[in-house]
Amino acid sequence: MATTTTTVPSAGPVAGSRSFLSRLRDGDEIARMITFLFAASVVLVTLLLVFELWQGSVLARHKFGFSFFRTSVWDPIFDQFGALPFIYGTLVTAGVSLLIAVPLGIGAAIFLAELAPARLSDALEFFIDLLAAVPSVIYGLLGVFIVVPLMRDYLQPALKNTLGFLPIFQGPAYGIGFLTAGIVLAIMVIPYIISVSREVLLSVPRDQREAALSLGSTRWEATWRVVVPFARGGIMGSTFLALARALGETMAVTMVIGNNPIVSASLFSPGYSIAAVIANELTEATSNLHYQSLIELGLVLFILTFVLNGLARLLIVATSQRGAGMGNA
Amino acid sequence: MKRIAGMLLVVLAVAGVLWADNALSITGAGATFPYPMYSKWFDEYHKQNANLSINYQSIGSGGGIKQVTEGTVDFGASDGPMNDEQLKAYADKHGSGILHFPTVMGAVVPFYNIPGITAELNFTPDALAGIYLGKITKWNDPAIAGANKGISLPANDIVVVHRAEGSGTTFCWTDYLSKVSDEWKTKVGKGGSVNWPVGLGGKGSEGVTGTVKNTPNSIGYVELTYAESNKIPYGNVKNAAGVFVKASLGAVSAAAAGAAKDMPDDFRVSITNAPGKASYPISTFTWLLIPEKFTDTAKRDAIKGFVKWALKDGQGYAESLSYAKLPNEVVAKELKAIDKIQ
Amino acid sequence: MNARLRWRKFLSAFMLTMTGVCALISVSVLFFILGYLVYHGGTSISWNFFTKLPAPVGEIGGGMANAIVGSGKLLLIATLFGVPIGFLGAIYLAEFSGSTTAFVVRYAADLLNGVPSIVIGIFAYALAVLPFKHFSTLAGGFALGLMMIPITLRSTEEFLRGVPKALREAAMALGASKWKTITSVIVPAAYRGILTAILLAFARVAGETAPLLFTAFGNRFWSNGWNQPTASLPAMIYTYAIAPYDDWHRQAWAAGLVLLGLILIINIVARAILSRGIAVPRA
Repeated sequence: MATTTTTVPSAGPVAGSRSFLSRLRDGDEIARMITFLFAASVVLVTLLLVFELWQGSVLARHKFGFSFFRTSVWDPIFDQFGALPFIYGTLVTAGVSLLIAVPLGIGAAIFLAELAPARLSDALEFFIDLLAAVPSVIYGLLGVFIVVPLMRDYLQPALKNTLGFLPIFQGPAYGIGFLTAGIVLAIMVIPYIISVSREVLLSVPRDQREAALSLGSTRWEATWRVVVPFARGGIMGSTFLALARALGETMAVTMVIGNNPIVSASLFSPGYSIAAVIANELTEATSNLHYQSLIELGLVLFILTFVLNGLARLLIVATSQRGAGMGNA
Repeated sequence: MKRIAGMLLVVLAVAGVLWADNALSITGAGATFPYPMYSKWFDEYHKQNANLSINYQSIGSGGGIKQVTEGTVDFGASDGPMNDEQLKAYADKHGSGILHFPTVMGAVVPFYNIPGITAELNFTPDALAGIYLGKITKWNDPAIAGANKGISLPANDIVVVHRAEGSGTTFCWTDYLSKVSDEWKTKVGKGGSVNWPVGLGGKGSEGVTGTVKNTPNSIGYVELTYAESNKIPYGNVKNAAGVFVKASLGAVSAAAAGAAKDMPDDFRVSITNAPGKASYPISTFTWLLIPEKFTDTAKRDAIKGFVKWALKDGQGYAESLSYAKLPNEVVAKELKAIDKIQ
Repeated sequence: MNARLRWRKFLSAFMLTMTGVCALISVSVLFFILGYLVYHGGTSISWNFFTKLPAPVGEIGGGMANAIVGSGKLLLIATLFGVPIGFLGAIYLAEFSGSTTAFVVRYAADLLNGVPSIVIGIFAYALAVLPFKHFSTLAGGFALGLMMIPITLRSTEEFLRGVPKALREAAMALGASKWKTITSVIVPAAYRGILTAILLAFARVAGETAPLLFTAFGNRFWSNGWNQPTASLPAMIYTYAIAPYDDWHRQAWAAGLVLLGLILIINIVARAILSRGIAVPRA
């Protein structure tokens, strides 16, 4: 690609040599300033959001300190607030969802990237992207009317009868609870895992695959032992992305989790998540401490998703660049 | 293309401004307990006064108290009266007070979904406290079965359902339990939002009803109208005089009889566990929370007009929706108190 | 062919079939969701649904006319607020900025993108509701617009950068100022991608409920102007789904179908626009 350098008057910013007023008369300079303002407003709004979360929780942070994360009591009457049940519920439901979604998602991604003919792969990817567009409240709707009865009448009793000796499958079968929320979340995050994993798998250079095959491996061995490990970083990144999405989900979770702030070993138990308690209690937290504790929960959620999203991006970028850097057929 | 877009925007903006000035809209929020009643009232009142729409959002009594204190809604509604601390918080924030106006009375009933059982169960105070404390876990527990000889209760686990958010219904329920059970009083206490020992949380009376309706072996507490309109069986409760009373409009009015005569000026009163053979022990008034001072005179007059209507014509709708009308003495007292709204 | 090889070949065929099964499961979930919604929602959609206001609690025959209009108003505000910021910010990033500023702005946008919607709701409540002392369509639109900004910004920037250098330099060589180049050459060249980005951002926030709980609040009647609380489709679905009334459940299904239908159509249209676009060779 040939690059031509041109010097055209009044093209681009000229450093320092003109006075501010004369620069102002230059249409480009105004355009630059205006668009800068808009870009800066994005940064400002984000900073403001973090600030609001930090300031809005100051009372709670000072009163409870780190014990906020260890206490299980959530008592608005006695003004005692502990985040443990919500953090537990958020992590457990997200964990269950990943346990289901990651194997399914990676499997599907492998199929789409390695096996399916290009047109089928693109067509299926199209549908999977549509699945990602379904809003949370509709998953909640389906969760309440389809998943919960299925859980209560079929799946939970079946699990109890076969694996009931495990503490995670004990307790009465309400239909709602950690397991149900986890299953609904799994459906919600599968598209993220599939589409990102498929992309990184596709970016693995062909020579890797062909080298393995030429050494006599079966197709599965070539895929599982060579291609997938090569894309491992990106696949992990997709998992983190899915995790971040699962942690922040509000509507679908609050409709099927049972809204009970307890820490329980059983997956059949009702529970609570950070997003759900904020949705339920923010508009009515009368005491200042209650309100600020909810904000602090929001801050915790924000930090969790922020860290995970950052890690995810690093991993995905690193993996794709590795693939691109090694040349592509 | 750009021109069309620009013109469209201008048209929309103008329409928005013009549209805005046409009618008066008042926003209220709070209790889900009287929501069926209020939604009927506001709908009827809107039919009679087409320029006024009163938008009521049932987010729970706790939400009503909080949002009216914040000033984001024009009035609130609660079945648990504001306590002194909340009144002070309001006064500190606004520089003037807030008034309670009882609108109707209702009953909080223990309703249940036990496969195969449609009969009315009898609940003693100890049974209810025990279930909600998590100490009575099975339906055929002697504490329950003892009062229900002749009904064979299954040995299933009880699924307890309560409110997920701050609720006046919860206030009434826990107020009652605190009066009849010392253990409840010390362990949990009374309030709109408590630290529940056990159970699932439903959002609003609607959510609790939905959960009980869909969950076998569950028990919940909710205003009478929700159980009745959804045809879910509810139990009789033993009152202070030792009689098992079924929640009914007459029983609620009997419970309010004493309070009607001695109604305090601010209308905040509890009628749970009231004396008298016919009284239903878990009854309560429900209040509109109306600020004393309004800056917007149009809104003030509209609200005053509505309250007057509710206290007279509105009462006519109460019984068909399973709420009890206010006693006449209370209505008279309230009509005088309306003038306090400035 | 020895036993080990047979085993390996079997394993290969088996595992690869399993991946096909995984793909099948994942895709059939979508079709199941759509099918169920179409069935339940389709049987519940009626003329009443689109034209009537909600009826008093427990009575049948109400509709969601105000929620449909309310959602429309909220999305309009969101677009008017979020798209210009995202679009103009992207122009700055693609055309004017140095690399440090670009990094900071992109980082902030990615951060904003990752914020859970409930936290956006908290922020909008504290900023657009409490100080003004009322819930409003504007506050709801503000919350949704915030969510549109990062998507619009990043996608637009990508498409702007994708315009080949040759076009830019040709314009400059003809004496056009930078701004003229942007408006007459670069943006029109990237126009399909930008439109796609806006449509996708729109579809994303059309279904959001959580931020609206504390901002637009809800309304049983028509919401006049922009300063009143308003009903919205997602919030109505939530309220009606958890309630015990069968009529409300039917309406929730109908609303779900309408909402999902709208979102899917926008997604499909957006992708069609993009794929049919002029192939812009990447530099």
